[in-house]
Parts: sequence; C-alpha cells; structure tokens
Amino acid sequence: MDEDAVSESLLTASGADVNALSARGINKSFGSLVVAADVELNLPQGVRYALIGPNGAGKTTLINLLTGMLRPDAGRIFLGPDDITALPPQERVRRGLVRTYQINSLFPHLTALESVTLAVCERRRVAATFWRSLTAYVEEIDEAHGILSALALADVCHRPTRELAYGQQRLLEIALALATRPKVLLLDEPAAGVPREESKDLFEAIAGLSNNITVLFIEHDMELVFRFASRVIVLVGGRVMVDGTPAEIADDERVRAVYLGKGHGALRV
Amino acid sequence: MSSDTIAAPASAAAPTAPLAFLRAQGRWHWAEIAFWLATLLPFVLTPDYLVLASQVAISALFALSLDLILGFSGIVSLGHAAYFGVGAYTAGLLSVWGWGEPLTGLVVAGAVTGVVGYVTSFVIARFRHLALIMITLGFGLLLQEAANSAGWLTGGFNGLQGVHTWPIFGKFEFDLYGYTAYAYALAVLFLIFLVARRIIHSPFGLALRGIRENGTRMPAIGAPTHSHIRTIYTIAAIIAGVAGAILTQSTETVSLEALGFQRSADVLVMLIVGGTGKLYGGLIGAAVYMVARDQFSGLNPQYWYFWIGLLLIAVVMFLPNGILGGLAGIADFVKTKWTKTP
Repeated sequence: MDEDAVSESLLTASGADVNALSARGINKSFGSLVVAADVELNLPQGVRYALIGPNGAGKTTLINLLTGMLRPDAGRIFLGPDDITALPPQERVRRGLVRTYQINSLFPHLTALESVTLAVCERRRVAATFWRSLTAYVEEIDEAHGILSALALADVCHRPTRELAYGQQRLLEIALALATRPKVLLLDEPAAGVPREESKDLFEAIAGLSNNITVLFIEHDMELVFRFASRVIVLVGGRVMVDGTPAEIADDERVRAVYLGKGHGALRV
Repeated sequence: MSSDTIAAPASAAAPTAPLAFLRAQGRWHWAEIAFWLATLLPFVLTPDYLVLASQVAISALFALSLDLILGFSGIVSLGHAAYFGVGAYTAGLLSVWGWGEPLTGLVVAGAVTGVVGYVTSFVIARFRHLALIMITLGFGLLLQEAANSAGWLTGGFNGLQGVHTWPIFGKFEFDLYGYTAYAYALAVLFLIFLVARRIIHSPFGLALRGIRENGTRMPAIGAPTHSHIRTIYTIAAIIAGVAGAILTQSTETVSLEALGFQRSADVLVMLIVGGTGKLYGGLIGAAVYMVARDQFSGLNPQYWYFWIGLLLIAVVMFLPNGILGGLAGIADFVKTKWTKTP
C-alpha cells in the first residue's frame, strides 16, 4: 500500500494538469425544481475549496450528485482522468471520492473503533471474510486506532457511537471518511451543530490533513470559510455564481447582494 | 515506503490495547459454556422428552439462521420457512429415491437450499423493511403452493411418503424415544453455532452489523452492501435447509407444514421472544416457545395459541430485548449493585 501511495503521488505530479475532481455540465431537476444547472467544477490537487451559498442553493445536492447518491440528468464527473459518472457510490469511494454527512450518519451501536475498523476493512477488501476472526486483522485495527488517536478519539474508542458527545460524533464522521484513504474529501458542513469554539478545532483538524487530499467543504460561517479555504465557490439556485479566491469572493458585488439580501450576515474578512 | 518508517513506531507505541479489548469480546463467557453443558441435561433429567428436545434443537437451529439475517443484518423475513422446507423436501426426496444416509443428506440439502437462497438473495438485497416483508412472505406462499400442486414430486397435501433414514455412521438407529434424534440435532446445532459465532466475530460480521445499524451509510465507506447481503442470506438459507433436513431425517416424514407460513411466523416469534442479534436468543426462544407450546397444548388442545399470544405480548411489553436482553439487564443491575456496595 505504501508503494501504491508513492507511485500515485508520482503519477499526479507528472500529470499536473489533471484536476483531482472535475464536473462538466451537471444538470439535475426534481420536476420543475432545478437543483443543479450546468455546474462546472475543477478541484486541483490539494486545494481546500469552500462551497457556500444560501439555504436551498443545492450545495448538499451537488455533493450527492458528485458522490453518486443522486444521478445527474446530464453531465459528466471525473475523478482524476477517469470518468466516474456511471459508477455506484461505493465504487467511487473505493477510488477515493469520499463524503461526510451534515447530519450525523453513523453506526449507533457500534463502538468508534469498530466503525473505523469496518471502514478500513472495507478499503482493504477483507470485510467479506467470514471465516477468520476480526482479531486476526491486527494491522487494520491498529490503523483504525491510529486514525482515532489523530482526531483525539482514542480515549472513547470503545464507547458505542450513540454515547459519544456530539462534537466527537462529528469527528467520527471525518474518521470514517479518512479510513477509506480519500483522494478527494467532500465535507457537508463538518461543524454543523458544534459550538463555535469547538468548530475551530474541528477545522484545524481538517486543515492538518495531508496535502494529497483535496478537500471541498460546505460551511456557513464566513470566518471559517475565509480562514481555511484557498478557493471558494458560490452556489445560488443550483448555479455556480462565482468561483474564486476568498479575496475575490469578499469583493464580489453579487455575492454581497445574495448574502446581505438573505440576511445571512455580512461577509467578514 | 517512507510511511513504513512512520507507521512502525506508532503501532509499537500503541500496544495491543484496542486489540485486547476486541479479543475479550470474542472470548467464551462462562455462561456460554454452562449453556451448552445444560443442553446435555435432557439425556439424564427428562429422558421421556427427548423427542421434544430434538424438535427444540431443530427449531433453535432454524431460529439461529433467522438471527443471522434479521438480528445481525436487519433483513426482515416472513417467509424463512421456504428454505427450511426446501431442505426438508431435499432430504426427504433423497431418501425416497434410495439414499437415506443422513450426513450426506444434510450436505446435499444444505447445498440445494444454498443455491435457492443465493438466487433469491439477488431480489432480497435490493429491498428493505416493509417491501422485504411482503417479498419474503410472497416467496414463502409461492413455494408452498408450488409444493402443494407438484403432488407427483412432493406428495402434495398428503406429505412425502416412504422416507427412511439410515443409521448415523451405520450404527446409531433413529429410535422411538428420540435419543439419537436429539444427539444428532444437538451435535449439528453446536457445530453450526460455532460457525455462526465465528461469522459474527469476523470482519464480515462487523460489516453485517454496519448494514443493520445504517445501511445507507455503508456505500459511503466503500462497502458493497448488496454483495454482503447476498452472502449472509445464502449462509442463512443453507442453515435453514440443514434444520429442515434434520426434521425430515428424524421424523421420517415431510409435510407441507415444513414450508408453511405458520413455521415462518413461529420462528420469528421464537427469535423475538429470545432476543434478536445475540446468537443465543433464537436458541433460548426456541426452547421457551416449544416447551410452552407443548405444555399449553397439553392443558388445552384447542385454544393453546391464546397463551402463545399472551406470552408474545408479555415479552415484547416487558422485555423489549427478549428474554436474553432481560437477563443481561438483570446481570448488569446485579453487577453495578455489587460493585457499588462492596
């Protein structure tokens, strides 16, 4: 696996023009409601992209479309050079396109360690093995424990998920995603529902992720967006309104209009 | 290569603590050993009830099979008797056609049921909840009517005639008192239980619990949920088929009742009464249910289902996690009391 990682990074280094994730002309509507209109997306390797926009702009829907939870009516999605438009969600995950959920979507009666070990086992394709004891998979368990330790969850790793504090559950969401060794990580409001002081810690953890991982996150708190994003996409009515650096976004009249008009609070830089 | 050097000290620094914890979970508990020793008691304590005991063991095996899909994977079934029946008829037909050797009969019955289970699992894996209840129910009814109408093969309404089981290992004849039948059923139950226990404590077992806990989340961690469901459904079908085959071999008859709706409902009740998702729930539920049925039908041969109904309601109301869940609750309560007042 280590050799894989090395050769992969060599590959991406040589093919520098290839975006980690890109979308071409994504369209989706539910009846007359358009949730994605000609969405173009180019995420270069290693960027920290923020996806912002008013409620109902189609941010989560876009993540659902990119990860295959929803099928676009038209358009193509590429992971690196590969067209993944036709692949089912789990196959996209196996190729490195991974998401987390805005509302915790975890395994309530599994412990944190069990949950992450499960994700590691799935990645290593040993989760279909029913004839060997789980305890024979020392490397998998160690790796899971390592991920939990890195997110400060080691102390509670034997507690059932439903007994964890809310903030810890948010971290477990990220731990599950990391266990799949993502190349592109789509975070749907990773700090949703977490108190402001804690949400900074959470974003520090995200900022500390390896540069091999390309990150797109949805976030409403502009302070966090401007602090942690290297680029920002503004989505309004299923349409990409602006795609630029945080400074460009802050100066953009249309963005100001949308945000001030909707009462979302002023943009602070 | 470079990350190897980073990973090595990390795994050395973090010792086997998480591993030891998981190991302890899979270790045999004294209560488990006591349980299996207790299954030998009928031989000495109630030798007149060994036929009933063999029926309990068969039902326990059947309930264990249902627990693997319902209790551990969250796949609801109201037609599980279909697989029990396929196994029962396979073993019966094999004997009618001239091969009454029980052990190979079990293997063939398990294999045939496994094929049926695998084929149906493609449909099962696509549905959940209410749709699944309707599909399994429909499949059960379908198979029962097919067996009913194929009288030339199954004997139809009259049941399959002329089943004769050879002695086990050519030595142990199936006797009227159920001595061999119980020993046979118990031995198979124990062996398959060991297999089921291993499955539950394997990476696959963890994946099954993941499917039960949050099936929609599984694809998001890269899990091929459908393929997992197909595997466990096939395994469960094989076990149900083996249970059916033992019933045929020990009673030397097969009737349509083997794959009827009543049997599907009964096994569901046994599992829920005992406690789902605990491996032992189906075993204990089968014992309680079968003994209760035996006693109630002795008391009142006409209305005994009244008491079964009462038992079911009482258990679900007062022991939502079944008898085993209740026992575990009492054990926890005693333990905390014990540690609080030394």
